[in-house]
Amino acid sequence: MNQSNKGSLNATLIKTAIVDSFRKLNPLVMMKNPVMFVVEVGTILVFLMMILPSYFNAEGRFGYNLAVFCILFFTILFANFAEALAEGRGKAQADSLKQAKKDTEAKKLQKNGTIKVVSSETLRKGDIVLVEIGDLIPGDGEIIEGLASIDESAITGESAPVIKEAGGDFSSVTGGTKVVSDSIKVRITADPGESFLDKMISLVEGAKRQKTPNEIALNILLVTLTIIFLLVVVTLVPIAKYVGVNLEISTLVALLVCLIPTTIGALLSAIGIAGMDRVTRFNVLAMSGKAVEAAGDINTIILDKTGTITFGNRLAAQFVPAGDASENDVREMAVITSLYDETPEGRSVLELAKKQGGQWDATHYEGCEIIPFTAEERMSGLDLNGVSWRKGAVDSIRQYVTKLGGKVPHDLQEKSDEISKKGGTPLAVAIDDRIVGLIYLKDTVKPGMRERFDELRKMGIKTIMCTGDNPLTAATIAKEAGVDEFIAESKPEDKIRVIREEQEKGKLVAMTGDGTNDAPALAQADVGLAMNSGTIAAKEAANMVDLDSDPTKIIEVVAIGKQLLMTRGSLTTFSIANDIAKYFAIIPAMFMVAIPQMQVLNIMGLHSPTTAILSALIFNAIIIPLLIPLAMKGVKYVPMSANKLLSRNILIYGLGGVIVPFVGIKIIDLLVTLFTVS
Amino acid sequence: MGVLQIAVVILLLLLIVKPLGTYMYHVFSNQPNKTDKVFGGFEKLIYKISGLTERKAMTWKKYTISLILTNVVLVAVGYLILRLQNYLPFNPNGIDNMEPTTAFNTIISFMTNTNLQHYSGETGLSYFGQMAVIIMMMFTSAVTGIVVAIAFIRGITSKGKTLGNFFEDFVKGHTRLLLPMAVVVTLVLVGLKVPQTLDANITVTTVEGVKQTIATGPVASLVSIKHLGTNGGGFFGVNSSHPFENPTPLTNVIEMLSMWCIPASLTYTYGKFARNRKQGWVIFGAMSVLFLLFLSLAYVSESNGNPALTKLGLNTEQGSMEGKEMRFGIAQSALFTTVTTAATTGTVNNMHDTLTPLGGITPLAQMMLNVVFGGDGVGLVNMLMYAIIGVFICGLMVGRTPEFLGRKIEPKEMKLITVALLAHPLIILGPTAIAFLTDLGKGAISNPGFHGISQILYEYTSSAANNGSGFEGLADGTTFWNVTTGLVMLFGRYISIVALLAVAGSLVKKQPVPETIGTFRTDNTLFTGILIGVVLIIGALTFLPVIALGPIAEYLSIR
Repeated sequence: MNQSNKGSLNATLIKTAIVDSFRKLNPLVMMKNPVMFVVEVGTILVFLMMILPSYFNAEGRFGYNLAVFCILFFTILFANFAEALAEGRGKAQADSLKQAKKDTEAKKLQKNGTIKVVSSETLRKGDIVLVEIGDLIPGDGEIIEGLASIDESAITGESAPVIKEAGGDFSSVTGGTKVVSDSIKVRITADPGESFLDKMISLVEGAKRQKTPNEIALNILLVTLTIIFLLVVVTLVPIAKYVGVNLEISTLVALLVCLIPTTIGALLSAIGIAGMDRVTRFNVLAMSGKAVEAAGDINTIILDKTGTITFGNRLAAQFVPAGDASENDVREMAVITSLYDETPEGRSVLELAKKQGGQWDATHYEGCEIIPFTAEERMSGLDLNGVSWRKGAVDSIRQYVTKLGGKVPHDLQEKSDEISKKGGTPLAVAIDDRIVGLIYLKDTVKPGMRERFDELRKMGIKTIMCTGDNPLTAATIAKEAGVDEFIAESKPEDKIRVIREEQEKGKLVAMTGDGTNDAPALAQADVGLAMNSGTIAAKEAANMVDLDSDPTKIIEVVAIGKQLLMTRGSLTTFSIANDIAKYFAIIPAMFMVAIPQMQVLNIMGLHSPTTAILSALIFNAIIIPLLIPLAMKGVKYVPMSANKLLSRNILIYGLGGVIVPFVGIKIIDLLVTLFTVS
Repeated sequence: MGVLQIAVVILLLLLIVKPLGTYMYHVFSNQPNKTDKVFGGFEKLIYKISGLTERKAMTWKKYTISLILTNVVLVAVGYLILRLQNYLPFNPNGIDNMEPTTAFNTIISFMTNTNLQHYSGETGLSYFGQMAVIIMMMFTSAVTGIVVAIAFIRGITSKGKTLGNFFEDFVKGHTRLLLPMAVVVTLVLVGLKVPQTLDANITVTTVEGVKQTIATGPVASLVSIKHLGTNGGGFFGVNSSHPFENPTPLTNVIEMLSMWCIPASLTYTYGKFARNRKQGWVIFGAMSVLFLLFLSLAYVSESNGNPALTKLGLNTEQGSMEGKEMRFGIAQSALFTTVTTAATTGTVNNMHDTLTPLGGITPLAQMMLNVVFGGDGVGLVNMLMYAIIGVFICGLMVGRTPEFLGRKIEPKEMKLITVALLAHPLIILGPTAIAFLTDLGKGAISNPGFHGISQILYEYTSSAANNGSGFEGLADGTTFWNVTTGLVMLFGRYISIVALLAVAGSLVKKQPVPETIGTFRTDNTLFTGILIGVVLIIGALTFLPVIALGPIAEYLSIR
């Protein structure tokens, strides 16, 4: 999934798809798509009529039969092309992944401590290998010793290396990624063929694509409609014969093909594949199409506060003076203490000061002695020309000042408590033995989160925030971010409890997680999105993995799931609605020769019975390639209430589906007439 | 004037829907209520006699098997009576035993709530046959339909494993619903001069001096349940156009409302069970719109008269009165035709064979769709099936797995629904095509040409929809017709009952998904529109070609 592979349709892709469309003509392959299989059988029948007219009483009808045959043949090819194109895009991605999965050499640690170089194919679960700088990691595993930076671009497309180390939640490594510094010992956790990379390849290739329950249900409906129309066409023969209408077999085949839902039948699997593909392009790996569709059904999303809703770093939000100092004093001192502080907190102090219009000249403090933050002292700052500036935890600063013989402002405690109550962290600022005030550090909500939660609410999705903070802090952040509910002081087991509670109410729950202690909740959730940076246990338990490790992506995944279902429904509606116009083209045409009065039903004023039937058939064929881009891209999804969404889509695809073919068939009829007359 | 008559009847129906729907809800909700006092004692006696002391709720399988077995026993008993009626009491007119294939057709016909009659009541049935077979089955088949609807409603509105106890529902359907209603309607009809007697036919000498036999019998009791139970089998051959069955426009209105009230009110019952009355009104609304559509077609086209006669220079100001009774006129005839085929009753007060070609589309189309109110119980279930299909197709468009009343529609339900969906056109078009392939079928046509297509199509459509009315021109008293229509009625009734009860059995087990703003709503006008659209599109696509060859071609050729 390198960036370079994200390009959409290129010439090779189309060429392969064209070749594949012919390969898919094999009836054994076609049988998997019953609707198109019926078309193929009809095509063969018309072909036989062409070459053996005497067996079918079809002498002198070669031209007409040839035309019907050609159109039918292209109908099938178009359907195959749609599927082949969708598959082809997946294959292209798989190929780039396969390059990462080359057979590599592994330095296997023997029991006696020596190293033996073996092929990565021979590694089994539990083997321990040494991976040194420049080596490819031979298989999925867990670091048991050491720390290394690893280039995971083969999988994630992200070129910046990531740090992985033994123990904790960042110990898992993926086969095919490269160690770019240091060396590590890795315990292999997957047998060959079962690794993460293998799974990814088979997923994007669509090789093991299983139809989702929803797709199966729709297929059942389409097959039933096909059988009904087959029945309609077959029974029409003796009934029509009774009133002297002899129907040609090729006309009957044309009627059947126009009526059965070929449009959606042709595009159904392409829609499914393309939906999965959209998720993959988004750098999220879904273990099944079912998981993607389940995402569309989500009622509740459980999100971690830290890292998902907020940046997780506490950033300066306000300078609070204490005693007789002014806000300006606090700002000035805070800036000085933070000049050489490279922590996010420190940088945020400078940013806030700048925003408030503070000015300073950093060159004044060149050559000062920098006092870095230590866990014991719990403060940082600088000394210059006998003056010391410090900022740090309120307690530490207070002790520091008292030790120097200074006085603590009477309102310091009160103000610092106030900040704590609001969910912030107070940092005291001092110059020598004088405390000037406090920096109000606040956990900041990521920009745009509120809007996204609003969107989710419009879709009827509830958001629950989980945080280890106290209820007061949690409430503040929840209100600021606009989440619906929150769980404060939450422990890992709280998540699973909440998921169960929601599920008991019939809701589908999605969550994100990366730690091993998230694994049970990820498994319990209907949609579990694990971070690629997370532990193997988390990834195994989840049904999706985000390669970019961005927990907010769950929201986009929900949108993609909805879009997939919407595309399927919209094109089905369109396909069925199309039949009305086709009826008005074909029925009068079929009966007009024997019953001239049927001309009244020819409301489109089509030129002749022959052009009417051919036009309907041509429309039926070319609508497939015309809709391929929509099937691949998916219908436009704008978050709004179900009712609005429905009205909109019914208008476009339902009403549109009724009107478009009337116009289309008429235009084609004009062209066909022009062509045949001239 | 005509429109006003129609409007009054529709208004009366609207007044009935809520109270009757509520009453049916109380009957079947199994919660203690006032009616227990009135009927409880009698029911206890029945339960005691039949050993139904424990009435446990049943799974869909047990419910369905109980229903089928009960029907099988009734069929067996009824068949024997018809075959042996000559030896049994209450046969003052000395009617002979019924011929086997006619008896087969008749018994299936009444058990399936179809009431297709390949015999004439006056000459084919003893009074005992009329009462013990015909009237009895008119009750049991209608209650069978109603309990199917109740079980289905329970399936989609409650959570658990069971759909209720069949036998309890079956008993209550008789004791609390149809019996009391039938008694009331019978008494009203008797008051309006419909005969009710066990005396033999009356032989009189006419003013011309000719001897004439005037058929009579226990007519009022049969006519009341014939309509209430959406049965339709007449006491006399010409059914409700006979002056003893339907003497006045007032009895005509009572009969129309009798057959219309239960199917229409069940939609309200459904809304009560769903704890959202709008759900019921949506179904009622969709049915009503379709009804008005077809009623307009019939009324306008009958009022316009027969174009062939107009061409001959005849005055058709009165409309097409051929085959209609002067005492009812166009409006009451067109309305009756529309009601009887909407509620798939099949009783007729005018001859459908002589409807104008376009007017004839109304009964045909309503029976083909089989959801415009429909027969007692089954009409609602069929409409709910279309609602599920509508939800399935359109529900995807809101980007969620389709759900109906909070229950997800998955492959299992779709499979079962498609069985029911497929069965209806299969048993209409299949046999129709077969009939046209053989002389046994084609030979029965009395009006060749496009009208012949309508005749045969109507016969099978009426059988499949369990309607029972006929394009009476067809010579259908032969073994071929007895057997083929018998089978069509059988499949038409039980395939969809079993399949849809299975759907209910599957849905009842599902954990309902709570409703949010992202939920596809099925209780608003938009969904009413979707429902109408789905019914019309699927129905039209299936049947338009044959309708084009039958009534439409006929219309175009005489225009």
